[in-house]
Amino acid sequence: MSRVEIDIRKKAYPARHGLGEHVAIKNLRLELEAGEFVCLVGPSGCGKTTLLHIVAGLDRHFEGGIGTDEGKGAPRIGYVFQNPRLLPWRTVRENIDLALPAGEAGDDVDHLLEVMDLAQWQGHYPQTLSGGMGRRAALARAFAIRPTLLLMDEPFVSLDPPTARRIRQLLVDVWRERPHTVLFVTHDLREAIALADRLVFLSAPPATVLHEVAVDIPRAERDDEAAIEAFRGRLTEDHPEIRELL
Amino acid sequence: MRSVLLHPLMSALLFLALWQGLAALLASPALPPPVAVFGVLYDEIRSGQLPFHLGMTLARLLASFVLAMGLGTAIGIFLGRHPALDRFFDQWLVIFLNIPALVMVILCYVWFGLGEVAAITAVVANKLPNVVVTLREGARALDLDLLEMAQAYRFGRWKTLRHVIWPQLFPFLIAAARTGIALIWKIILVVELLGRGNGMGYQLHLFFQLFNVAGILAYTIAFVAVIQLIEALLLKPLDRQAGRWRR
Repeated sequence: MSRVEIDIRKKAYPARHGLGEHVAIKNLRLELEAGEFVCLVGPSGCGKTTLLHIVAGLDRHFEGGIGTDEGKGAPRIGYVFQNPRLLPWRTVRENIDLALPAGEAGDDVDHLLEVMDLAQWQGHYPQTLSGGMGRRAALARAFAIRPTLLLMDEPFVSLDPPTARRIRQLLVDVWRERPHTVLFVTHDLREAIALADRLVFLSAPPATVLHEVAVDIPRAERDDEAAIEAFRGRLTEDHPEIRELL
Repeated sequence: MRSVLLHPLMSALLFLALWQGLAALLASPALPPPVAVFGVLYDEIRSGQLPFHLGMTLARLLASFVLAMGLGTAIGIFLGRHPALDRFFDQWLVIFLNIPALVMVILCYVWFGLGEVAAITAVVANKLPNVVVTLREGARALDLDLLEMAQAYRFGRWKTLRHVIWPQLFPFLIAAARTGIALIWKIILVVELLGRGNGMGYQLHLFFQLFNVAGILAYTIAFVAVIQLIEALLLKPLDRQAGRWRR
């Protein structure tokens, strides 16, 4: 479990091809408690992916800093990108095994593949899989490394609803079984309410935190669509500006 | 099975028949019949002459191939990853690509003397720009998404190189190798013809002066057969192996 402090004073893309400098993020401060499940909600193009990149350490060209509480070193990060990003020349199983830190057998890879309905596909190359299977394989890879910080960038987009529901449930199960901090990006407010401890709303660029809302629906009632819908109704009523974001 | 086996064989037999027919028709030392050529081939192999000269040429081929591929790969990847330097040196590459092989060979002999070093240098200098250009394209085409994935999952240098970068460069490497062998052996013959005392090129030069067409054809057959073997037994299987994940 990682506690993460995000403090981005400014993230800008330099002027290019006659376009001026684009400030993607400005004065964004956000703290993730250890083991907390946080959903980032915001309009498309508001810098959510940029924010995840910065947290993951893939982008170091910004003003500010990312702090974690772990003295033992950087958090172990699982990252589910918007596209699966599997190595096409390695099988599903090899893709997962390669992500495992050296010396770790990944005892539950078999179990994960089973749950993801990928067991019979583990020897196949990614190009022979359907889009949904590829996404599931990418999810299995992220879970398999037992991350202390899990970053997810709209991971359930383009999955069919039943599969998305099942994997959402699996995500919550895995998260409760061995707690880790989750930063989950989505533009689907219902999905965010169903999953998160806390919702963080980002503004249009330059992105900053508009609102933070704790989701107080008990975990046991999260699959009750009426409860989710009621919460969403209250939320958009109390904060009409949120409605404009979505 | 039938068509696979029969087709190439029939084609080869037809070729030999045409050759035989033409030779009989002309009845000239300028085109000896296949039987005479294979006779010379047999004698040259038995006397050890052909294996020796072929061996010398293959040794030079191997040395210059390894050098050109190694250097070219390193420079190509470097240029592919550094666009500013690439733009700076692009002119040089175009110039080197267009210098005729013969000019390079002559210059090397003039500058370094009629020795082995000059011979190998000339061949490498001819092949190098080709490898650089091919590998540069490969390095440019590297998938950034996958590199980011490797970074996020802390693959580290070695794992990234082996599992993420190498498989992407491999097709380019194979392409460079296949065109490389075809190009290098032709240049080597010129190098040997102009300034070495052994090897295929030297022998061909000798046969030319003696107007020994059977000898020229016999050596050509032996050489083409060896190159075909390298292609079929080494490069093609490597290529297939690397592409097995493709749909």
